[in-house]
Amino acid sequence: MCENKYKVVSGPEGYLPPAASLMGVLLPDEGSALLEGDIVKEEDAMQQIAKKLCNAKNPVIFPGPLILWDWADGVIEKAKLVKKLADVAGAKIIPMPDYRPKYPKINPEVEINPNHPNITIWHNDIDVCIFVGVHCHYANVALKIIRGGTDCYTISLCAEVGHEDAMVSMRDLDVKKLQKLIDIIENEKSS
Amino acid sequence: MNIEQKNVSPEHILFEAPRDKAFITGSEAVAEAVKRANIDMSIAYPITPQSESMHLIGDLYAQGYIKDYYRAENEFAVMAAVHGASLGGGRVFTATSGPGTLRAAEMFPVWAGSRQPIVCGFMCRGISLPPSIQPENIEMTFLLDSGMLMFHAENAQDFFDMILKGYAIAEKPDVHLPVGVFVDGFFTTHTREIVMLPPEDIRLSPYDPKCSPVPAFDMETPPMRVVRDPLLNKSNFISYAANASWHQEILAAAERSKKYINHYMNGLIEVDNPKAKILIAASGTAVAQSREAIRDLQAEGIDVGLIKVKSIRPFPEKEIQAATENAEIIIVPEFNAGGWLAREIKASLDHNSRVISAPRIFGGMPMPKELIVNEVKHAIKKRA
Repeated sequence: MCENKYKVVSGPEGYLPPAASLMGVLLPDEGSALLEGDIVKEEDAMQQIAKKLCNAKNPVIFPGPLILWDWADGVIEKAKLVKKLADVAGAKIIPMPDYRPKYPKINPEVEINPNHPNITIWHNDIDVCIFVGVHCHYANVALKIIRGGTDCYTISLCAEVGHEDAMVSMRDLDVKKLQKLIDIIENEKSS
Repeated sequence: MNIEQKNVSPEHILFEAPRDKAFITGSEAVAEAVKRANIDMSIAYPITPQSESMHLIGDLYAQGYIKDYYRAENEFAVMAAVHGASLGGGRVFTATSGPGTLRAAEMFPVWAGSRQPIVCGFMCRGISLPPSIQPENIEMTFLLDSGMLMFHAENAQDFFDMILKGYAIAEKPDVHLPVGVFVDGFFTTHTREIVMLPPEDIRLSPYDPKCSPVPAFDMETPPMRVVRDPLLNKSNFISYAANASWHQEILAAAERSKKYINHYMNGLIEVDNPKAKILIAASGTAVAQSREAIRDLQAEGIDVGLIKVKSIRPFPEKEIQAATENAEIIIVPEFNAGGWLAREIKASLDHNSRVISAPRIFGGMPMPKELIVNEVKHAIKKRA
């Protein structure tokens, strides 16, 4: 494990929390993951995700456009597994269908938006959330706002290289890893 | 296209492919880089000393190396148009100089804020302070907080390599920021030197907008353009907070680029003779002049080391702190009147009275090595 001094933990952290990258948190290399700012083995991150989901009062998955639209080979299979993940974890799904700020007011019952994600989290009293299929820039924008203003525990399942601003972040998410995560959650549930 | 080009990885073209000597100008080195960069679109507007390179890139378009090329109405139009081409998912290149840089300046933060991996050459010159077309790099100071990554080339070889390395770094999904590759105009653009070039039958693999951290403006990429508008311009706290988080993400992306700069550029700085108590820290062609000065000083028995600052943004704060830990005198020669590099270095260091911001040369005047030698000797005398 590679330990960093700055810990990416549940907030509310304050008025304008720093980008974790600027506090020395590095993204993991292939085969590793991030856990609260430290680089850990993927398996350890998955265990933490399972633990958090199983102990959550109101876990919610926020699927983004990359998983909501059938735009590339393999997306449907991944989307089906995200649905399965929600079922196994007992999590609700609130989509992030696009990235436009919603004015005059978002309907937090039905969607989340990266520019004001805290509104949906506050309204639904969400204590653990998972970002999946959200373009990296918008995920990072949202994750910092959530850490700043809410006590929600954030998890990102990223198909690219991950997100420092999430409390747990997996990288290179594919169908195989998603299935493994579901298996670990099922084990955690039954133990 | 005269020859069939094979798509290869940045690692292959930069580190593995054999290289042959060419005796070319810096402007020609730009064209050689663009020839191997698999560019979709390049847009030009002439200004000295940039004009020749964009002219040569026009020739590359005629030869089939670039898919589209045109001359825009002015520099702002150029930078706005490459913004559009990049939003659409294309790999683009352009270049400008001095007053053109300032005329276009509104677009550079837009590129960064839109997370676009545009590579732009800046062939630096005076900016009408008073009017001058001659070499100096004062324009760089205006771009330090524009959000783009800034690399400063010492010579035509650096210029060639930094353009290709710029794409490799800029297009990483966790970076995805524009890269400005800067040279001191005329000194580098208009003089011939030996440049080692990889074969012209290889080029970078195409840019893949599917890995972008923001969706391309492409009807095939969901959720298409509806995701990108409107920008964050409402007058309420939520908008301010979103804007701040967005801005932080640009800074975070620049921080992430350090890992790739270390990989592709072998570090943000380069240090020769790090144990010396006297160091010269410079960027651009001031590095080349410093090398000459150091040779003379060494011949006189004065031990002097060199820090070549390659990456201006992100600024190598920690690297310079480590490299200057034992230094007693740090001379910073620059080709501009403002002394922006010295300011950056002073802001990074404890005991920054060690930093001497001199010689500063501008207006097109050259920097004879003797000026640097004299600054070193003067600083030694002052300390004694």
